[in-house]
Amino acid sequence: MKLITAVIKPHRLDDVKAALQAFGIHGLTVTEASGYGRQRGHTEVYRGAEYTVDLVPKVRIEVLAEDDDAEPVIEVIVKAARTGKIGDGKVWSIPVDSAVRVRTGERGPDAL
Amino acid sequence: MPSGFSGGDTAFVLISAALVMLMTPGLAFFYGGMVRVKSALNMLVMSFIALGIVTVLWVLYGYTLAFGPDSFHGLIGDFSMLGMRHIGMNQLSGTIPVFAFSMFQLMFAVITPALISGAIADRAKFVSWALFVGLWVTIVYFPVAHWVFMFDGGKGGWLGDRNGVLDFAGGTAVHLNAGVAGLALALVLGKRVGFKKDPMRPHSLPLVMLGSGLLWFGWFGFNAGSALAANGLAGLAFTNTQIATGSAMIGWLIFERIKHGAFTTLGAASGAVAGLVAITPACAYISPLGSIFLGLVCGALCAWAISLKYKLGFDDSLDVVGVHAVGGAAGALLIGLLATGGGGSAAKGLFYGGGFTQLGKQAMGVGVVGVYSFVMAWIIGTVIHKTIGFRVSEDVEVAGIDQAEHAESAYDFSAVGAALSRALAPTAPAAEPAVSPAETDDTKVDA
Repeated sequence: MKLITAVIKPHRLDDVKAALQAFGIHGLTVTEASGYGRQRGHTEVYRGAEYTVDLVPKVRIEVLAEDDDAEPVIEVIVKAARTGKIGDGKVWSIPVDSAVRVRTGERGPDAL
Repeated sequence: MPSGFSGGDTAFVLISAALVMLMTPGLAFFYGGMVRVKSALNMLVMSFIALGIVTVLWVLYGYTLAFGPDSFHGLIGDFSMLGMRHIGMNQLSGTIPVFAFSMFQLMFAVITPALISGAIADRAKFVSWALFVGLWVTIVYFPVAHWVFMFDGGKGGWLGDRNGVLDFAGGTAVHLNAGVAGLALALVLGKRVGFKKDPMRPHSLPLVMLGSGLLWFGWFGFNAGSALAANGLAGLAFTNTQIATGSAMIGWLIFERIKHGAFTTLGAASGAVAGLVAITPACAYISPLGSIFLGLVCGALCAWAISLKYKLGFDDSLDVVGVHAVGGAAGALLIGLLATGGGGSAAKGLFYGGGFTQLGKQAMGVGVVGVYSFVMAWIIGTVIHKTIGFRVSEDVEVAGIDQAEHAESAYDFSAVGAALSRALAPTAPAAEPAVSPAETDDTKVDA
């Protein structure tokens, strides 16, 4: 199994969700996140004092997928999240040892 | 009622008093939105507590010291009405009951120390602040109100009644007075931890807008009510208040757009307050066109003045000096230029052929009140600082003053936080169970 993590622009979340559902992914976890890549942040002005806000709002999506599905899922996310402008985000995957469905105790692929 | 009583005037002044009262909670929101989440409540209550302390002191001795018959060369009232004794229900001050006049003036005494609190946001011990409020109104506000507002046919306050310094609704007595006291306290307490290094963004600009809106609304009572009668003078003061406030907002925003490239919300709210401050002393003496001029100039001037704290290195947290001291002084001085002689006073300003006479008087008022307030606030603040301490400890300041000083926090946004606080607080009053027993039944749980 693989844990696929994507950090994307918040306004792309709905498209990514829809694309994953269409692909057949049934569950995902979404977290509000903030960070920056090469584009850095922006500047805000309060009564003449300028504050550089490094961290920009992002959404972090986590999906568990079987090994064979991992690459296609990454492709689906990248395609749905891309705007072509700077700050579109990153997607990565890491191996997962085990997963358990809390309600039933099912393990491995059955737990997905 | 005795002869001379006016029901219209009394109704107007009572309503004006209520409007001015609303300015203090308005100010609390104006300031409260500008601080960080962790000290929002402290900022609100620093204003609110003035409603308690000053009200009690006003009844005990404040009213008689400020508005009792002069007892010493126009410097202070007497003790004839201690505890508000000897004031009859039907006793008049002009055309209105003394009680109505006294309550109207009380609201000014309440908001003035509250204004100071913005200079020491995030770092004052609440008990020390409360003590400062009591001492400062006693030693500074009550006498200064006597100097400026007590009229008794040439036998009243030395600045207003005896020397002709014009301050219709409190540019010197309220705003300059509070502004320089704020500067003194900011110097006594020192800078916030992280000043100039950490971002200290306002936590809620909507609260700031709400607060400035309430201030603007209440200010009609402040300025128009100061006519103490429902008459043409009140109408003129009301008109000029609206005009100068609108134009000061524009002045501030233009300055900001040129200097920083954006029209900010905080700038619009701040510009409006700067205009309200600046028109306060002048509203009954200048023309509507003069008010546009005054507003534009003072809006831009205050927008520039707030940058001084970064250049000079004092941490006037919420720009009490830049808005109230500078705005109050500018409004008072502009009377010396813009007074038409056709309003609440026959004195004419420089632009209306009056020469430098009135400008000189105005400068004297600004100088005297400014110096007295600064020195006294510095002394009172230093005494408190050296004895019981005026600042919270550094770890309290960093963690947020609300928890340490008030055992409360302004917001609880997090569902996890709420669950955790339930779990961690067994002695707390029983809350509604988050999940009813029926829902915990396995058979009823949705897959």
